[in-house]
Amino acid sequence: MPPVDSIVCVKPVPDSHYWSQLTLDAATKTLRREGIPSILNPLDKHALEEALRIKEKFGGKVTAISMAPLTAINNLKEAIAIGADEALLLSDKSFAGGDTLATSYVLSAAIKKLGRFDLIICGNKSLDAGSGQVGPEIAEFLGIAHMTHVTKLDFLGEGHIRLERALEHGYMTAEARTPILLSVIKEINIPRHIPLMRISNAAQAEVRVWTSKDLDIDSSLIGLSGSPTRVLDLFLPEMKRRGEMIDGTPETASKLLVQRLRELGVM
Amino acid sequence: MEFGFTSEQEMLRKSVREFAEAEIKPKVQHMDETAEVPRDVIEKMAKLGFMGVLVPHEFGGLGGGHVSRTIMLEEIGRVSAAMANTLQVIHLGISPIVTDGSPEQKAKWLPILARGEKLSTFGITEPVGGSDILGIQTTAKREGDEYVINGRKCFITNSHLAGVFGIVAKTGEGSKGLTAFVVQSDYPGFRPGREEHKVGLRGCNTGELIFQNCRVPKENVIGKEGDGLKIAIGAISNVGRPGITSGALGIIRSCLEEAVAYSKQRVLYGKPISELQAIQWKLTDIYMDYEASRLLTYHSAWLRDKGERCDSENAMAKFWATEGAVRCAQKTIEIFGAYGCMRELAPQRLLRDAELFLSGAGTSEVMRLLMARKALTMA
Repeated sequence: MPPVDSIVCVKPVPDSHYWSQLTLDAATKTLRREGIPSILNPLDKHALEEALRIKEKFGGKVTAISMAPLTAINNLKEAIAIGADEALLLSDKSFAGGDTLATSYVLSAAIKKLGRFDLIICGNKSLDAGSGQVGPEIAEFLGIAHMTHVTKLDFLGEGHIRLERALEHGYMTAEARTPILLSVIKEINIPRHIPLMRISNAAQAEVRVWTSKDLDIDSSLIGLSGSPTRVLDLFLPEMKRRGEMIDGTPETASKLLVQRLRELGVM
Repeated sequence: MEFGFTSEQEMLRKSVREFAEAEIKPKVQHMDETAEVPRDVIEKMAKLGFMGVLVPHEFGGLGGGHVSRTIMLEEIGRVSAAMANTLQVIHLGISPIVTDGSPEQKAKWLPILARGEKLSTFGITEPVGGSDILGIQTTAKREGDEYVINGRKCFITNSHLAGVFGIVAKTGEGSKGLTAFVVQSDYPGFRPGREEHKVGLRGCNTGELIFQNCRVPKENVIGKEGDGLKIAIGAISNVGRPGITSGALGIIRSCLEEAVAYSKQRVLYGKPISELQAIQWKLTDIYMDYEASRLLTYHSAWLRDKGERCDSENAMAKFWATEGAVRCAQKTIEIFGAYGCMRELAPQRLLRDAELFLSGAGTSEVMRLLMARKALTMA
């Protein structure tokens, strides 16, 4: 088996410990993230772990890549501390506000520029937006195959993989050829903790930053203006308690209760 | 003046916090109920490099310094003071070899200690006392190329876990009459004695070290014969005491988080109790103790990393953080009401753990004595 080169897509997301401090910006219809510490999206750590296990078995290089504001340099350094060989940040004001299509367009342009790879591994979805679309869209832009909800990955030979993916009521086993994009779910592995020995080097590691100028992209397809998705409204669901008394004998009361629950759409 | 942490230190904090939440937190209740030592957690910490934080790179350690160690112990103490104490005493046991060991001792023991293949401790305290170091009665008599050690150490953390550890024994009289040795648990004549049953820090092993004609090669003397007092005081002041302080800081942090979260969620008279001024005062008292302890603790660690003497600062931090931990745990229990006294919830454990930190590495009275020495130079 020759070495396997993997690209792992990672996303900084708001740390769930601080979710109670998150607020919505009604004007821009976005989450206010300022001041909320970010963490690597949890499923992306499973993606990185899988890439590292493959590297430890067959050799090769693991590159972590993210499209995010410049503060994500620290998240990418964490990816290096966990074990990635190098990291690339795509950061430019013009990328801001991009939906999944605009984001995957930029990521795929950067991956094209990076050159040869065997696998792209993503977390199946992000903790914050959770669309699960960016992975498959990158694959479409690159014209390669993809599989989502991957729970197991084995190499049968050079460029030949067998994988298992979770379906709603079971599992599917499939074989595929590389290069391929895989989105993984948490069943695939248990991510490692950061070996403390790697922290010192990772903190000093260079994270490459590419802007729109470094990429061969159509500027009408990036950022908020290049996004076909329009967020019409963003609001917190209102939680209210309300009591309602139902009188009568147990028989009539239970009938009335069922009728009322049907009216409310609960049953 | 610079009050921030470096990005490297921030990454260390985050990594240790994630480890503590994922690997230690699920064991805390079981440890408290059974006092079992979670050996698997210790092995995982060893593999990730936790034991070697003060060991130089060339011997396989992190070469991380005292601020890094404080970050590590605060984060572990936030989840389990028992695990913080286990780890900090491992660092304590290693430190005399780092500071005063011969090149041969360093080459022989530091790599295995940094990797956690052998755990460590440092034995000073005896049934007659701990802070009165000159009063210890364990003897080491030179016989040819060996010393023969006889005596008993008590209240020693990691007594039954340690494979390579330091002890201090009498080789003469007076302040030059003590000598520090490296002992391996497989030396004939050594055995761990009774295991203590403590009310707090349960899951952290404490017990006796018994030496009955235990033969130790003369090459195991740390520094020179007669250096024992200096080495013991240095290790306790610069490593043992700040280790307990950092664990106590973790307890205070835990009190703050527990008390704030509970008071926001507990509804009385139609609103969360966090909106009641009586509760807010308790919360701010805990918050003040956290910030004050934090500044004292990290300041003394920072002084130590600069190579400055900071015995008084270490004593002040230890005094404030350990007494603060007891105060804060009591206030957390008060905020929780009866729930605070239930074994299933954290506050009562935090109080029991905090009580154990009061006497370790010197009581508050001894801390006052140490501070007085510096206070008296102020005019």
